[in-house]
Amino acid sequence: MSPSQLAIEATGLRKAYGEKVVLDGIDLAIPAGTVFSLLGPNGAGKTTTVQILSTLIGADGGSARVIGHDLVDAADDVRGVIGVTGQFSAVDHLLTAEENLLLMADLHHLPRAEGRRRAAQLLEQFDLVDVAKKMAATFSGGMRRRLDLAMTLVGRPKVIFLDEPTTGLDPRSRRAMWEIIRGLVADGVTLFLTTQYLDEADQLADRIAVLDHGRLVAQGTPAELKRLVPGGHLVLHFPDAQALDDAARLLPAGPRDDNALTLQTPSDGSAHAVRTVLDRLDAAGIPVEQLTVHTPDLDDVFFAFTGGPTVPTQTTTTDNETKAAAR
Amino acid sequence: MSTLSYALTDSTTMLRRNLRHALRYPGMTISVIGGPVIMLLLFNYVFGGVIGHGMAVGAGTAPHHGSYLNYLVPGILLMTIASGSMPVAVAVCTDMREGIVARFRTMPISRASVLTGHVVGNVLVTMASAVLVVGVALALGFRSGASLLEWVAAFGLTALVTLAVTWLGVGLGLASPTPEGASNAVLPISLLLPFLSSAFVPINSLPTGLAQFAEYQPFTAFIETMRGLLLGSPIGHNGILAVAWAVVIGFGGYAWSKKLFHRDPVAR
Repeated sequence: MSPSQLAIEATGLRKAYGEKVVLDGIDLAIPAGTVFSLLGPNGAGKTTTVQILSTLIGADGGSARVIGHDLVDAADDVRGVIGVTGQFSAVDHLLTAEENLLLMADLHHLPRAEGRRRAAQLLEQFDLVDVAKKMAATFSGGMRRRLDLAMTLVGRPKVIFLDEPTTGLDPRSRRAMWEIIRGLVADGVTLFLTTQYLDEADQLADRIAVLDHGRLVAQGTPAELKRLVPGGHLVLHFPDAQALDDAARLLPAGPRDDNALTLQTPSDGSAHAVRTVLDRLDAAGIPVEQLTVHTPDLDDVFFAFTGGPTVPTQTTTTDNETKAAAR
Repeated sequence: MSTLSYALTDSTTMLRRNLRHALRYPGMTISVIGGPVIMLLLFNYVFGGVIGHGMAVGAGTAPHHGSYLNYLVPGILLMTIASGSMPVAVAVCTDMREGIVARFRTMPISRASVLTGHVVGNVLVTMASAVLVVGVALALGFRSGASLLEWVAAFGLTALVTLAVTWLGVGLGLASPTPEGASNAVLPISLLLPFLSSAFVPINSLPTGLAQFAEYQPFTAFIETMRGLLLGSPIGHNGILAVAWAVVIGFGGYAWSKKLFHRDPVAR
């Protein structure tokens, strides 16, 4: 792919705060018109990456271009083509929704009439018409996030950075935000999305990169990443120790917990696989009380690419440790 | 449009934003505008009798009612200007912690406009307060023999010193980690320096060390110039000194603020 088709290209981005290295050499090549998701836990360096690429802070090393403009030499050109919606709301709480949008229109130097038209259109699009004259301070988290994104769109950016756009939102607002993001993609902008939720990256992204301690530890499409991750299993809950023993002899054995009377067995979680396991237990006359299906999540992806915690002893039963022990 | 006209447009936009804030939370604005009037009333009615009597005796003249008011008004005007550094420091510090300013930093706008919006807004509010102080003083019996030209000069000097002190307040606001810290950081300017000057009592009535400090600190030059313009007392070199101090403080505050604002925002 020629460089001109890349919306974002970065080489060796580094950032440290004192002794603490936050980014330790990040390379990115994100084609224009795609959705790229940076996935990682809190403190991995996601926000720092966004802050550097959006010209908010400087990098200590490396270089990057956004739509061909160098971050350092042409910072104002970069600012002219990007929009940023951060994890911390970037709305003016003392202004109304409409005033916030008009403020953006003024700062983008739109003619008055066009600014008003754009504001009205975004209020409509983001379902904020009813609260247009209300101060942003009174908004719910979901409304504030929608206003935030609407403000980002006033200047019709080519590249949009969304830093954890759904963190802290209730499920309904989260779904609504996903729909909005899908709409943006349809308009052809390039999206740089950070998230700590695998399902979010899965739903929205063309490509995902996993960030850990300031390094990219894996990259690929959602399907590629999930194929790389083991950890899908069933957890079977038995009524007594005898049934647990019998089942452990019968099934491909994962870790068992004698206190909780549970046994894990590897499985892809499909209906067919679940039925096979239950049929075998039935045929052997082993009673099962409960069954839960565990599919790979961020923990699994993350532990798989970072080595994860050491395998715990069989008697520990906390959720994370059992998941890790499954491998 | 040129870079300069963008800078003006953006600054106007930011000023509109700040004035809207002021209207939306009028309590803060009213206390900022009205505070100096309260000081004027307190000093005139509570301390005025005793201080005025003392000053008259010290000068060897017979005390007469109202003379202290004339002495007091230029001092209160200075206090009005000095206390204007407080709201702008707090407002700037608060603003820097808001996500909206991070957004401004990622937009192709004139960066200085964020600060100039605060500065112009604060100068307007502080000047409104100064005009109110003069109005109330006139109602209380303050009499000035100043010509129109002298009034214009007094107004201009007030505006200049307000601008200077405001930029210093902006710098202190940017340098302070919290709004509480910002409000403390400006106390020497807003409270201490006005009292350690010729604002309320003649310098020669102060203890020697204090008198020396008061004589040479910038606010005294300003007060004495204002007294000269409004009351006809000798100005001497104070006029030049007042303007020079204002220019130095103003440019210093501006350069410092600009440097602080161009730093990367602190990681949250």
